[in-house]
Amino acid sequence: MHVPPPDDVTAGWWDATREHRYTLQTCRSCGHVQHPPRALCTACSSMVDLGFVEASGHGVVDTFTVVHRAPVPEAAVPYTIARVRLAEGPFVLSTLEGQDWRIGDPVRVGWLDLDDGRALPVFHR
Amino acid sequence: MSGVAIVGAAECDLGSTGKSTLTLQTQAVTRALADAGLTLSDVDGLATTGVSRFSTTQLAEYLGLWPRWVDSTFVGGSAAEMMVARATQAIEAGQVSTVVISFASNQRSARSRSLGGVAEEHIPEAQFETPYGPLYPLSYYAMAAQQYFHRYGGTREKLAEIAVAARAWALLNPVAFRYGAGPLTVDDVLAAPMVSSPLTVADCCLVTDGGGAVVLTTLDRARDLRHPPVRVLGYGERSTNTSMTAVEDLTATGARESGREAFARAGITPADVDVLEVYDSFTITAALSIEALGFCGPGEVLDYISDGRIRPGGELALNTSGGGLSYCHPGQYGVLLLVEAVRQLRGEAGARQVPDARVAVAHGTGGILSTHATVVLGVR
Repeated sequence: MHVPPPDDVTAGWWDATREHRYTLQTCRSCGHVQHPPRALCTACSSMVDLGFVEASGHGVVDTFTVVHRAPVPEAAVPYTIARVRLAEGPFVLSTLEGQDWRIGDPVRVGWLDLDDGRALPVFHR
Repeated sequence: MSGVAIVGAAECDLGSTGKSTLTLQTQAVTRALADAGLTLSDVDGLATTGVSRFSTTQLAEYLGLWPRWVDSTFVGGSAAEMMVARATQAIEAGQVSTVVISFASNQRSARSRSLGGVAEEHIPEAQFETPYGPLYPLSYYAMAAQQYFHRYGGTREKLAEIAVAARAWALLNPVAFRYGAGPLTVDDVLAAPMVSSPLTVADCCLVTDGGGAVVLTTLDRARDLRHPPVRVLGYGERSTNTSMTAVEDLTATGARESGREAFARAGITPADVDVLEVYDSFTITAALSIEALGFCGPGEVLDYISDGRIRPGGELALNTSGGGLSYCHPGQYGVLLLVEAVRQLRGEAGARQVPDARVAVAHGTGGILSTHATVVLGVR
């Protein structure tokens, strides 16, 4: 699986995945939690008070789709893609392991280890 | 209401042409000018996208132009509607007098469309979304449909009406890709291969070559030209997201705001609209747009369209060309919404003509419900 390398802003988030820690960028100035990580807080525009805070790894299925045609030849279909609403507020895109998902189902994070030592968060029941 | 009018409109060759994008662009531009009774020497403004990195500059050089005004606003399927707003403002400001807005692609002949979309390594989505393998743009629209069904009790059967009605219109349009293909039924849509649930192949637009162009100039100049002027009455737009996770509610799009502002500028309400041309990249795209533009209330669109209202002869003339679903979809289809609106307002639409059409709305949607632009057009 190809995941582009981190950049200056996202490096801290990806570093935590090496230890299977799920973090979210949080503004120490106003408390806003956002994903993906950015160079500024979209709530208060602070560029200096941003850091990565340990998150619960829990959420609910906001919506989902089962993909039946692969975007790349090596992908095995079908698989389920979802928007997960994290307990801390932000939405994230991910895959859901297993089948027969419904909107509103609770999920928690799991990890898919990448060859370079990072890990990709995926969600399951 | 502006002092600017559309005076020319045309399609290039459509379908599977075997021609290059620049050949199709040239057809679109020159045919729209001929329709207006103008020539390339009258053009001092040009707007296009999808040609190359320097799209409008590229096309201008190709056509032998050195325009005093250009626009390459790159926002996918709403680009042409945004360009109408930009061109109208530039003409009213006196910077330019005659603008051509065009788009064309040969994506069917070139087999250039990919299910996964275009990879851009430097954007956040490349790290946080693309690795999971969503179809782009389809999976986002599929998730919007799923959320809509869940919240409002909609079904695939009810949503299929968008595709069924589009086919009925296409059967009246001799240049539609599905002209002569026969009617489409709800069962056909449901039985088509699933791509990204709940959307099947039949919920998805065509992949064809094609394109078109429109010519805009001052209302004063328009009065001396071949056709009755089609006035630009209003416009509005919103840019909302590029990622799949930025928008809180997938069922309520930026079309609410773009439509509200366009209608206010034109001094109309949905009840005044005789012809509605909305981007139907997928069945759900059109459904969400009808609702967001205010033709029915939140959660009501699938019932609103269920009684034949959007089929030929129905109360709401929707996507009268047959739409992206059954007529033509070269990507960035927005310019063809304008071409069909102009034809309807001029009374040139043949078997699919909407009687006494005075006000038409063209509403473009780009990306993954990313960009939304509404144009209100009218004739006296």
